[in-house]
Amino acid sequence: MTVRNRILILLSAVVALAAVGVASVLHASARADRRNQTQPGGPRVTSGSVTLTTPGRMVFRNMAWGPHRDELTTVPASDPSGPRTASGVKCLRFYAASGTGVCLQAVHGAVSDTYRALILDAHLKEKARYDVPGIPSRARVSPTGRFAAWTAFVGGDSYAGTNFSTRAAIVDVGTGKLIPSLEAFRIVKDGHDYRAPDVNFWGVTFARDDRTFYATLATKGKTYLVRGDLRTRTVTTVHTNVECPSLSPDGTRIAYKKRVPGLSKDAPWRLYVLDLRTMRETPLAETRSVDDQAVWRDSRTVVYALPGDYGADLYEMPADGTGKPRRIGTAAVSPAYLR
Amino acid sequence: MYVADSRASTPEAPASADGAVRPPAGRRRTAVAPTVLALGTVSLITDVSSEMVTAVLPLYLVAGLGLSPLGFGLLDGIYNGFSALVRLVGGHLADRGGGRHKWVAGLGYGLSAVCKPLLLLAHSLTPIGLILAADRTGKGLRTAPRDALISLSSTPRTRGRAFGVHRAMDTAGALLGPLVAFLILRATVDGYDAVFTVSFCVAVTGVVVLVLFVPGSSSAPAVDKAVRPTLRAALELLRRRDLRRITVCALLLGLATVSDSFVYLLLQHRLGVPDRWFALLPLGTAAAFLLLAIPLGRLADRVGRWRVFLAGHGALLTAYALLLTSWHGAALPYVVLLLHGCFYAATDGVLMATASDSVPEELRSSGLAVVQTGQALARFVCSLGFGAAWTLWGDRTALLASTAALALCAAVSLVLLQPAAREAAA
Repeated sequence: MTVRNRILILLSAVVALAAVGVASVLHASARADRRNQTQPGGPRVTSGSVTLTTPGRMVFRNMAWGPHRDELTTVPASDPSGPRTASGVKCLRFYAASGTGVCLQAVHGAVSDTYRALILDAHLKEKARYDVPGIPSRARVSPTGRFAAWTAFVGGDSYAGTNFSTRAAIVDVGTGKLIPSLEAFRIVKDGHDYRAPDVNFWGVTFARDDRTFYATLATKGKTYLVRGDLRTRTVTTVHTNVECPSLSPDGTRIAYKKRVPGLSKDAPWRLYVLDLRTMRETPLAETRSVDDQAVWRDSRTVVYALPGDYGADLYEMPADGTGKPRRIGTAAVSPAYLR
Repeated sequence: MYVADSRASTPEAPASADGAVRPPAGRRRTAVAPTVLALGTVSLITDVSSEMVTAVLPLYLVAGLGLSPLGFGLLDGIYNGFSALVRLVGGHLADRGGGRHKWVAGLGYGLSAVCKPLLLLAHSLTPIGLILAADRTGKGLRTAPRDALISLSSTPRTRGRAFGVHRAMDTAGALLGPLVAFLILRATVDGYDAVFTVSFCVAVTGVVVLVLFVPGSSSAPAVDKAVRPTLRAALELLRRRDLRRITVCALLLGLATVSDSFVYLLLQHRLGVPDRWFALLPLGTAAAFLLLAIPLGRLADRVGRWRVFLAGHGALLTAYALLLTSWHGAALPYVVLLLHGCFYAATDGVLMATASDSVPEELRSSGLAVVQTGQALARFVCSLGFGAAWTLWGDRTALLASTAALALCAAVSLVLLQPAAREAAA
């Protein structure tokens, strides 16, 4: 084959492939436009003022298509499927308590996305911001509003890199002092000091005393529930096979996702409640796999997200294993109940 | 891009024992054989394609599919062993039938290309894991035959430079890939499908360039059939003293080479590199590798490949030592990354160039695969050991231990390679 012919073949191949590539990019960006159109039959969303101190309301990330997609939105806790009020503040993950909010955001840079955590006051004004080292996953604020925590996925920086890790950070909202990674804490596992480079933490949940917290610790392929102490900077294992713990308002129980043996690798979790006094595990009524850090609506009810048509839907069910799950809202994630 | 170098008037090597394919005589010689440039282009394009996917994969899993990527790396250990096997098989297949390097390499590139659209169809961890495994199988298959082609299409005296050019182009692609991926994500919302589709188109372009512009086996395969490319012959290569020496040294030094991710973690631990810069650390290494690959490859041709190969490990040793000192100057991360990139530039292609000198043409792919596999397995063992040492003794002591080990291995290699250097000089 002459060089000329080879170049001609190459050029035609490049033109054809470029056409396919451009078409796929155009298709995907047209989808972007579609998502900014309100869907008929979707929840009604209007802009308005949102505060974090109005009791009886639920604040969450609105995922319904339209101009307010991804904004922090509020509904009455008693009518979660009712009309939504949007704040204009966009978050990937969110939580709030006692007038303090934590909002994990993506920052679209010129060459890549970065992430940050915003600490918000009761009027959603930014009080502080921190770099988040990877894709945000969980967010929590302590019941008093003094501490905030978040977890991010970090990894995938080598050829076909398949090693991911998590980084869990806690910040003292009052002083602004940040603990960038719980890996700096002393670990007491089964009564002994423990060290390993493969330690990962995620899913922090706070107790009312602003000293105790719970989280998941993973090492050597197993997960543990740890109780943490912010003053002595120590975490102690208390139970195995616990992920994304969520402490009940009275501080006696932990709702969490448990990896149940025998389930498929892609849907391995069921929601359980652990009684911290008796260490008894109670399976909850949801029969689907839940990958979320549950939220306690009150001391009897847990709320969690499952994948839905527009990202995620919110469900609630009793925390004692009875009853049935009930969908309380569509196109919503990261709920926080204002008390 | 590399420009033909008029000063490179290295006298044409006399028909060497391993009969390198000579560039066309008569015209003024270009610095690098067209085949090497073609293979470099294929690698550049392919790396753009694969790094596009790598860059968005975590985001796709977490944000796009809502999957938890933790535990994804569990199979990595097992897969490392499998991938070593694939590489040996690729090398062997390429040597059989009188040099099918191009077609085995093409198979590898093709396999990786078809994996990209498959990612669009997979929505759970198991199939995605399998697709990534197939993708890496493609990479394993193509590596040895591609390096064999580079070595066969350059003269022994310019091999270091040829590999340098190839590695520089390869790294340039790796730097461009993530950029392209994020430009696409920026232009769309959740445009992962567009990223995978474009990645596929780019990968196919790479295969087309390979098919059109990389010559197949020289029409008449080496007539001298003294060594038949059987599996046993490949293994018997290790009975050749010079290749054994190379493999042993690559293995020894590999055993003391801490994996990249540990280097970045150490940088972060010891220097407190802010989280926001953490993801950029590999780019620093890649940029230094890109800039230094050609100059160090040329240097290797001039002063001896072993010297440069060992000096590269010296650079790594210096980087370790700097991480151990209490000097925490603002320039330290840059210096460490520069040394780290320098290590790659002085060792990656240079090792292949050296190994090429000791492997007969009929077994070129297999021989290179043996050296690469030995090195990869040694590095894997080192990762496991380093992880364990970190657990037991903490990062500083672990690093101290590997620094000592690297110094020792480098000293042993120096002694082992003295005769090789003398033979080369003779």
